[in-house]
Amino acid sequence: MQNEPEITSQLVKDHGLTSDEYRRILDLIERPPNFTELGIFSVMWSEHCSYKSSRPFLKKLPTEGPRVLQGPGENAGVIDIGDGLAVVFKIESHNHPSFIEPRQGAATGVGGIMRDIFTMGARPIALMDSLRFGELDDPRTRFLLNGVVDGIASYGNCTGVPTVGGEVYFDSCYNGNILVNAFCLGLAKADRIFLAKAGGVGNRILYVGSKTGRDGIHGASLLASSEFDDTTEDKRPTVQVGDPFTEKLLIEACLEIMEFSWVVGVQDMGAAGLTSSTFEMAHRSHAGVNMDLSKVPLREEGMTPYEILLSESQERMLFVIEPGHEEEATIILEKWGLDAAIIGEVTDELGVRIYFEGKEVVNLPTLPVVDGALDLKRETQRPEYLDKIGHLNLTELPEPARGDKAFTKLLACPNIASKEWVYEQYDHMVRLNTLVLPGSDAAVIRIKDTKKAVALSVDCNSRFCYLDPYEGAAIAVAESSRNVVCSGATPIGLTNCLNFGNPEKPEIMWQFEQAVRGMGDACLYFDIPVVSGNVSLYNETKGEAIFPTPTVAVVGLIEDLSKVMTAGFKQSGHCIGLIGFTMEELGGSEYLKVLFDKNEGKPPVLDRKHEKQVQKFCLELIQKGLIQSAHDCSEGGLAIAVAESCFTATEEALGATLELESTLRGDALLFGETQSRIVISFPEELTDQIEDLALSYPVDFSLIGKTGGSQFTVSINGQEYIKQDIESAKEIWKTSLGRYAGQTT
Amino acid sequence: MKCGIVVFPGSNCDHDCYHILKKILNQETHWLWHKDEVDLSSFDLIVLPGGFSYGDYLRAGAISRFSPVMNSVIHLAENGGNVLGICNGFQILLESGLLPGALMQNHTRKFICKNVYVRVETTDTPFTQKCNDKLVLEIPIAHHQGSYYIDPHSLSDLEEKGQILFRYCDAKGSISESSNPNGSVGAVAGLCNEQKNVMGMMPHPERCADPLWANTDGQSIFQSLISQS
Repeated sequence: MQNEPEITSQLVKDHGLTSDEYRRILDLIERPPNFTELGIFSVMWSEHCSYKSSRPFLKKLPTEGPRVLQGPGENAGVIDIGDGLAVVFKIESHNHPSFIEPRQGAATGVGGIMRDIFTMGARPIALMDSLRFGELDDPRTRFLLNGVVDGIASYGNCTGVPTVGGEVYFDSCYNGNILVNAFCLGLAKADRIFLAKAGGVGNRILYVGSKTGRDGIHGASLLASSEFDDTTEDKRPTVQVGDPFTEKLLIEACLEIMEFSWVVGVQDMGAAGLTSSTFEMAHRSHAGVNMDLSKVPLREEGMTPYEILLSESQERMLFVIEPGHEEEATIILEKWGLDAAIIGEVTDELGVRIYFEGKEVVNLPTLPVVDGALDLKRETQRPEYLDKIGHLNLTELPEPARGDKAFTKLLACPNIASKEWVYEQYDHMVRLNTLVLPGSDAAVIRIKDTKKAVALSVDCNSRFCYLDPYEGAAIAVAESSRNVVCSGATPIGLTNCLNFGNPEKPEIMWQFEQAVRGMGDACLYFDIPVVSGNVSLYNETKGEAIFPTPTVAVVGLIEDLSKVMTAGFKQSGHCIGLIGFTMEELGGSEYLKVLFDKNEGKPPVLDRKHEKQVQKFCLELIQKGLIQSAHDCSEGGLAIAVAESCFTATEEALGATLELESTLRGDALLFGETQSRIVISFPEELTDQIEDLALSYPVDFSLIGKTGGSQFTVSINGQEYIKQDIESAKEIWKTSLGRYAGQTT
Repeated sequence: MKCGIVVFPGSNCDHDCYHILKKILNQETHWLWHKDEVDLSSFDLIVLPGGFSYGDYLRAGAISRFSPVMNSVIHLAENGGNVLGICNGFQILLESGLLPGALMQNHTRKFICKNVYVRVETTDTPFTQKCNDKLVLEIPIAHHQGSYYIDPHSLSDLEEKGQILFRYCDAKGSISESSNPNGSVGAVAGLCNEQKNVMGMMPHPERCADPLWANTDGQSIFQSLISQS
């Protein structure tokens, strides 16, 4: 090509490649790359695409199980749910784009994760999002919150896929680097799962969807694979712009085409666009590809091969089809008004040759491009901050005489307050499958034409992970799984999104290593395979890293959807019981943060054996029809858990009276976040039966109070500790986040 | 009852309407493709479903009204056939002139998805004849452009002629500003034409018609149509 920049060490550096990596390229291809080829290596060897820092650690996660049809390595994981059906799911980050341009960043995050799902032949049926923003006092937080929620709503709603759950969390550690992790679950026939394969020689490469433009060039390599600094704003052009209408057409057209046996493989053009989809499909099939870029539908004139290959324009897919079926495919795509073009074919060369205007512009072997980036042996070192904040001296923490103030302050805190302001902006009902609407422990989605349903929960308490990444990650698995269990489901699979700081820092890699170990050990113990995931590194701004945030989403299966359970109390006069026991644990709690502005101490202890028993017991109670509600104790502890069950009662809020006996501090008893606890309610006459069953396990179980009345009352050892009008308390909890988000100053 | 559900590019609630009419209510139900201009005279009901036809680009419903199938729908409507537009379908009916008025952005300026209450204002239509007068239905809404507007004179005209079918209200049936989710004039949630054979509504009756959920209030609208066919 004429007028191509000369390859200089500065140009190599600008492409995010080290001099070592450049030398490795020279060794592997035995000549200097041209400018376009350098661009290809730049994206394919980026942290975002190659996982070069994280891959050695990820090998330790358990990925197998009898239901697993497809583990990590494809676009998404696949789990068999019986009846000839499978669920396909994954969670993925879109953090950096969302910080720079919240609306489009979040919208395209949703679009990208959906394509990962329908690429595999599954119809997307549910979305969730795990969102983390900075401190509330920063006006930018409100701007980002509004923008991200609007972006998710605009994209998800338009495509007709319900957003059924998620989490929203605020902490100053996300001031300079918010997290937007999008989850999607799809439903497919178990024997019609599509992989990113190219198949035999002569197969045609079919380009489908939006035209290619200049947006998103180097999104993966430069935006996602480096820290934020003062030049961050200049990277806004690397953020893609989404078109949910085209995505919707793409879903329908792709699922229609995939009914035919002549479709060999499918890959979406996500990070690194046409480059990664082409090289990865060829590599996975031990084949090659010849491609003519002149045939790619373009949005603007004058685009160079470099730009076409590196564009991250959204809503584009690559199909591989058997020759002779080009016309059939085109008819379907035209019916849906989509652009389509045959742009290449499969060869037996183990390399990719790319032509433009009659000239060869790229000629690279697939192996070095896809798998050539060296796994980095990043150093790890335990961070010093742990010594400073690892101990919480409770004797120095003043204990309030009553808990009313703490109770109402926690209810108003946006981490605990109802997320209604968020989920009312999402269509969470479309497709008529949402059995349990947002606001309970897990979303429950029925599977049409079966008696089954799936329960979904996404979780991570990053304060715990900051204090102890190993325990924190294990707790994320336990809690997400507990949420699913509280809905009546058995956990069957997990997907993760590992959000961390700069991997070049040994302290960050230590957090990463610990968290992955903690997650792996917990998954192994609870027998939940990890089937897909995503790693997002460099989540820091000007040297300040986020808390380690290994978000997990657990999917559970409910065999009989008449046994679905929700968190809200059902009736006045029911008994309230607590499964599990409470310890004096305030480390890392929301109470400590909201009342004392501290995040220190040790996170709660997770006794895995006990956790497993608690979950099993709760599931048995649900399946035997013995209880009327089940709700996990998490942020805000026992008092908040019971209050939430009051607020989400079937009709208007139901009051509750708790009578507790304990030797613990009152605040630890009511607001501490001891793990493995579930609040249940049931008719009084079933008490003996439930107690007997608890004894047979054995698992700790205690009667703590009764539902009813218009007050939320708690007494400890006969002394009144909290007394609040339930409707006023509910009002605080229900409206707090919306009031915050709607402020204009 | 022979039903047709129109599929526009971007229709999302087409499958939901099909599920209710075909699988729950056992009615003969067909898909109608937006590009096809066909004779609809054998149909008892045409449904324009919710969604984001043409991405709601330009204005909700503004592009869909030019779809070839709309010529057939208009022809059917002019000859007395029943047409039901739900959410985006309502928007299309307004854009194509089959119903009067317009839908603007919600006064909250946000998309709203939640259960609301509507009061049945007249039972003297094919869409509400199985409801009781002043009956309160709990029905979900899910829209961004659902704030109904029409000038005051035309609004009283609609009232006089019994064309307002549903108004937003509270659980007890009283109408106030706080029970009006989107700022619609007169709290109008659904209306019909003067001939009473074309009806548009923002709430989604198909979302509360499957007995798997406790609330099946939406069935009364479909049952009204079934009983007269």
